[in-house]
Amino acid sequence: MSAKARRGEAVVETRGLSMHFGGVRAVDQVDFTLYDKELRCLIGPNGAGKSTFFKCLTGQLRPTHGEVTIRGRETTGAEPHEIAGLGVGIKTQVPNVFDGVTVEENLWLAARRWHGAARARSLTAEVLERLRLGDIRRSLVGRLAHGQRQWVELGMVVAMEPWLVLLDEPAAGMTHEETARTAEIILEINEMAALIVVEHDMQFIRMISRTVTLFHEGRILMEDTMDAISADARAREIYLGRSA
Amino acid sequence: MDQVAALVIQLAYGVANLALISLGLAIIFGMMRVINLAHGEFLMLGGYTVVVATNNGVNLWIAMLILAPLVVGVIGVVVERLLIRWLYGRMVDTLLATWGLSLLLIGIVTSIFGASTATTVSVPIGVIRIGEYSVSGYDLFLIGVTLGLLGAVYAVLKLTKLGLVARGTMQNAEMASALGVSTSRIYMITFGLGAAVTGLAGGLLAPVTGVLPTIGATYIAKAFITVISGGASILAGTAAGSVLLGLVNGIFSFLTGPTFGEVALLLAAIVLLRLMPRGITGRFFRKSL
Amino acid sequence: MGGSLRELRPTLVWALIGVIFTLFAPSVLQLFTIINLTTAIALAVLALSLALVWGYGGILCFGQVAFFGLGAYAYTIGAINFGGSTWAILVAVMVASAFAAALGYFIFYGRVSDVYLGVITLTVTLILYSLIRRTSGPEYKIGNALLGGFNGVSSPPLNAPWDARAILFPEQVFYVAMAALIILYVFVGWLVTTHFGRVCVAIRENETRAELLGYDTRLYKLGIFTIGAGVAAIGGVLFCNGVGRVTPDVFSLYNAALTIIWVIVGGRGTLIGPIGATFGLFYLTASLGGQSVFNNNLVLGIILILFVLLVPKGVAPTLIDWTRRRSRPAGRERRRRRARPEGGA
Repeated sequence: MSAKARRGEAVVETRGLSMHFGGVRAVDQVDFTLYDKELRCLIGPNGAGKSTFFKCLTGQLRPTHGEVTIRGRETTGAEPHEIAGLGVGIKTQVPNVFDGVTVEENLWLAARRWHGAARARSLTAEVLERLRLGDIRRSLVGRLAHGQRQWVELGMVVAMEPWLVLLDEPAAGMTHEETARTAEIILEINEMAALIVVEHDMQFIRMISRTVTLFHEGRILMEDTMDAISADARAREIYLGRSA
Repeated sequence: MDQVAALVIQLAYGVANLALISLGLAIIFGMMRVINLAHGEFLMLGGYTVVVATNNGVNLWIAMLILAPLVVGVIGVVVERLLIRWLYGRMVDTLLATWGLSLLLIGIVTSIFGASTATTVSVPIGVIRIGEYSVSGYDLFLIGVTLGLLGAVYAVLKLTKLGLVARGTMQNAEMASALGVSTSRIYMITFGLGAAVTGLAGGLLAPVTGVLPTIGATYIAKAFITVISGGASILAGTAAGSVLLGLVNGIFSFLTGPTFGEVALLLAAIVLLRLMPRGITGRFFRKSL
Repeated sequence: MGGSLRELRPTLVWALIGVIFTLFAPSVLQLFTIINLTTAIALAVLALSLALVWGYGGILCFGQVAFFGLGAYAYTIGAINFGGSTWAILVAVMVASAFAAALGYFIFYGRVSDVYLGVITLTVTLILYSLIRRTSGPEYKIGNALLGGFNGVSSPPLNAPWDARAILFPEQVFYVAMAALIILYVFVGWLVTTHFGRVCVAIRENETRAELLGYDTRLYKLGIFTIGAGVAAIGGVLFCNGVGRVTPDVFSLYNAALTIIWVIVGGRGTLIGPIGATFGLFYLTASLGGQSVFNNNLVLGIILILFVLLVPKGVAPTLIDWTRRRSRPAGRERRRRRARPEGGA
């Protein structure tokens, strides 16, 4: 299967990654590798551990055991700002935006972290254009509709010009058209960065997916193309059977 | 030997005193995650209740043990209905509103009774001798009352329906309201109970400290530190916070005099919070009451 | 986004009004009023510092008055020991900032939550209060300065820079105080338009997001907290010059509450609001002064409760919202015209 073929340098690796909450093993001994410029979707039923796994990657949770390396640097238990500081763009499950300031200011804050004043200004304008946020650039983000706020957050990720992007349910709560547009944006981001996308909207995953990693009970059950996973009996039983 | 006994009693009193002045605050904090900045004034009102009642011929014990908690508890319920319930879910605003309440209560009491010390009540139990050393019998009584109070709160939390709901709310407020428990009513009762316990403490301490409209300020620093260090579990938090800080305070006061006892207490609490930002019970004994 | 000069325009307009007032006030007002006004200006500097730390930084500091009081004490003790005020002012700022930095390290690096933060800073203030009240004995002295317990210490007056004999007259102290207020107001107004200031606002809005962009939020909070303490300390220096002495009462619960009330009433997210509220409430409490029925605690308590319940945003932001709504009744079509990134003056 081509999905397993190496596409370059490994950018994210976990070895024996585990996260326990009391007696519950939310993530259990996960070995995972993401290669440069890859787009990987993580799927699984609720409670499969994909979001917990994601939070261990982003530094929001400190894993109980195991280690995470991002481009050869161990980041296990690092602070989120340290992980972001490596050039990793992160979007969490709950929309995290700066509500009380304008769309433009949101993007500028992302761009300015990485660039000088002049470049930050031009980059902000560029992202406003690319994400089609120009019309609402001076609106307060807190007054925007849910889908638009999600895009503002994606815009911030883009404005960081990351080489690795981690997205947790980027299409949650979006209308069909909004979801399609989000898929386009994600494919665009993938031209310059490797991505990990956690999702459970199957249609959305079909729009963007190349390789899919299926989580089940805290472990990786299989890693393959969406078609192959759809055809697999075990996968259908634990996941697709229930939701589709 | 006698000296050790006297010292132990003194330390125990320090711990009990912290627990006594903090318990009402801890009840409200544990249930509602709100620090009541008018806590000191609830203590003050307990003290004034005792002074006014005894001046009017009421027996001191009835004034301290029954009237003080009753009066302040009723005030607590009224305050919750008139003020706090409009601010559910707005933590910072609740904090600010209770601060406003604190000023308001100081203002009202000053207007009625004047700014200086009201007629005081004398300590009802005399000195008890241990060999060459003497201990205040009233201190021993307060240690006993504090233990009794902790026991009573434990019983309420463990045995009553209210306690069951309270424990649920402490673990997870959203879950409790999803189960159809009226959070509003629970909060009203909580605030009333917290105020009543605080009023009792204020009443019991009135003979020791005297009363002043601004006396609350002398209690609250210690009470705040105790509750915050203890964390959100009402009993375990109060107990852990009081024991730790009471010992630190007692030992430092013994070594360096009272001036630095409070400073040591504060420093201990700040270092503690650096290590455990959600207090002792945020890290240990998380499932405790 | 634009040039930062445009963003600073409302700040500069208010500063200009302040300059004009400074130039004319001494010829219009009586000396007694001028001296009183100096105290109010000192308090306005304190309000400005909390407007920065809380209003822009989102840091719920209930003990801003601690840095103000430390500044006043450090200045007084410094001036007594140095025999002049020039270095004492610097010492005041350094002491307050260093204290804030140390306290802030524990608070921000421990990731202490809002409610805890407010209560801890208040507790620190109250403990300073009771600590300094107990220092009345002759053994409590720093260099030549006796701390004086609850009686406090009398503060040496300001002198011309590096000339300890040229002591300033009350009128000159008024000029110095106004100049300090205006300069600090413009400084803080500028600070919140810089990258640093905008990141602080971003952290107030959403700390997690700021972190995920790669900002070390703890460091920014520590920074704004420390700067705010330095500003408050200058307020303290001016205060003990206006009053003539410093007592432990600067650390009292009442003063801590007062500071919060200025910012609540004036409005979080503006600077001119809290400054205006300080002057307004200063004259309100001064005029209520002597009589005992409506004492200050009562009035301030009612004001605080009413504002939290009815005008939670404070006067200035409410006015700004109101004028904006009136100036564009047509709504959506004209939406693009303005809507600045929060705040203004």
